Amino acid sequence: MKLDRALLLHLGLLAALLAFHFAAPAYHHTNIARIMVLAIYAMGYNIAFGYTGLLSLGHALFFGAGLYAAGLLAYHAEGTAGTGLIAGLAAGGLVAFALGLFALRTAGVAFMIVTLMFAQAGYLTVLYFGSYTRGDEGIVIPRAGRMLGSLDLSDDNTRYLVAFALFAAALLVNLWLARSPRGRIMVAMRENEERSRMLGYNPFTVKLAALTISGLYSGLSGAAYALMFGYAGASLASVQYSILPLLYVLLGGAGTVIGPFLGALLMFYLIDYASSVTDAHQFVTGAALVLLILFAPKGILGTLRERGLRWLP
Amino acid sequence: MAAVTLLEARGLTRHFDGLKAVDGVDFDLEEGEIHALIGPNGAGKTTFVSLLSGRIPVQSGTIRFAGRDITRTPAHARVRAGIAYTFQITQVYGALTVFDNVALAVQSRHSRRLAEDTTEALTRVGLEARADQIAGTLSYGHQRLLEVAMGLALKPKLLILDEPTQGLAQGEIETFKDIVRGVVPEATVLLIEHNMDVVMDLAHRITVLNFGEVLATGTPKTIRADKAVQAAYLGDPHAAA
Ligand SMILES: Nc1ncnc2c1ncn2[C@@H]1O[C@H](COP(=O)(O)OP(=O)(O)O)[C@@H](O)[C@H]1O
Ligand SMILES: [Mg+2]
Repeated sequence: MKLDRALLLHLGLLAALLAFHFAAPAYHHTNIARIMVLAIYAMGYNIAFGYTGLLSLGHALFFGAGLYAAGLLAYHAEGTAGTGLIAGLAAGGLVAFALGLFALRTAGVAFMIVTLMFAQAGYLTVLYFGSYTRGDEGIVIPRAGRMLGSLDLSDDNTRYLVAFALFAAALLVNLWLARSPRGRIMVAMRENEERSRMLGYNPFTVKLAALTISGLYSGLSGAAYALMFGYAGASLASVQYSILPLLYVLLGGAGTVIGPFLGALLMFYLIDYASSVTDAHQFVTGAALVLLILFAPKGILGTLRERGLRWLP
Repeated sequence: MAAVTLLEARGLTRHFDGLKAVDGVDFDLEEGEIHALIGPNGAGKTTFVSLLSGRIPVQSGTIRFAGRDITRTPAHARVRAGIAYTFQITQVYGALTVFDNVALAVQSRHSRRLAEDTTEALTRVGLEARADQIAGTLSYGHQRLLEVAMGLALKPKLLILDEPTQGLAQGEIETFKDIVRGVVPEATVLLIEHNMDVVMDLAHRITVLNFGEVLATGTPKTIRADKAVQAAYLGDPHAAA
């Protein structure tokens, strides 16, 4: 990758997050670790939705696949964080690939409904196998299962740095993808599928590849979430967790590399602030989103890109 | 011209709810020729080339291309096999740069020289200075040329152009004629065109389509002299506009 201003911007963000580790008050330190893990999920969502134009309402299935792959391994099979992360990555990718084989035969609203249904089936499966998953109550992952080699993910400092490392890797891969010929094909599919088909691209395989990459990100994030915060519960695989990354991406800017992180960050603190001043914090976030859609439908970075920062990947 | 057949359609048919858009068409393309497809509006020209390019599935009949039966081959695979189609209604990626539009065509054939080949295709249509412009902000004429550049960048064996000069200024039409002349004989051109000056200037052979059927096929000279064609099409100045 060429060292230009786009790459510098992304490296700058990573440098700031690393510096934050040494400067941050404990409360924000934990928050940012969580936000980085959720941002990996949102980046994955953005690869499908923002770049390729696949509006899925079922990504909680991929996040949940990673969450439970890592969680159940650690809880029932004495798995460690290393195997958990790899299992989560694989589970997210495989489930997304399998779902894509069916769901990508549809498009638009039908695709939204099919993905929603599959994710709901996944959620119900978690509840159905309550003897293994402990359903809504969830499983608490034992300390031994949260060891990444000699690194203890239940330790605040270690957790932040491992979250940072995963986030950095995910961000740089995303940046590389967005600027690669493959990224251009994904955008082309989003912009005009018929035209892309008549340039020799098979819409089905392009979308399937994008969805699978998206699933890898989501599964990795789910596994990291389970291992870092020591918990895997059905609510994390519910429809709310399908909507969440969509909101992050819309807020930060669909089809931008930093947008998912920015959206996750702002949304997290907006909810945090709103719930500290009012019981109706869901109303506040809802209102914020309506305003966003009305005045900046391309999200924050999407709007900036339109207003002159054309080089923003 | 050495008559090597590049494309061969037999009994090609496509109806839309009883409307015989294309009805039992036999059609041959010779390698390296410029073949014009003419006929009044609604004659079935766009539908016919859509069957060739695979945009619309064939109802019955067969298509052979470069020695292979492609009747059931999906559209994207036909593009890779060498059939490029430029849309009658301009379909460029309006939000992407001119460069990216053409680069998408170049990388579709796995070129190792992405930037060079992209610039080369843009130069052929005279858009190289606008490579960084957002395609949606180009003038209509330039968007048509960009569409042609995308077709050229695929380096096809067969380039299908669907009313490429529609809405172009006279100067742009001259540019366009030069471009098409430069494409043959390495590639073959199938040109749907309403402007009879362009057709008579460029075409080696002409096929006239009417109500989904072939009315006549021949050289520009024989077509001009054909009574049935005159009655159906050429005699009517409004249809030829
Ligand atoms: N997708 C479609 N559905 C229904 N009718 C169509 C469709 N496409 C074309 N037609 C009809 O088929 C006939 C031939 O259309 P077309 O191939 O576009 O003609 P041309 O390109 O010669 O003007 C017209 O009557 C048109 O209305
Ligand atoms: Mg037409």
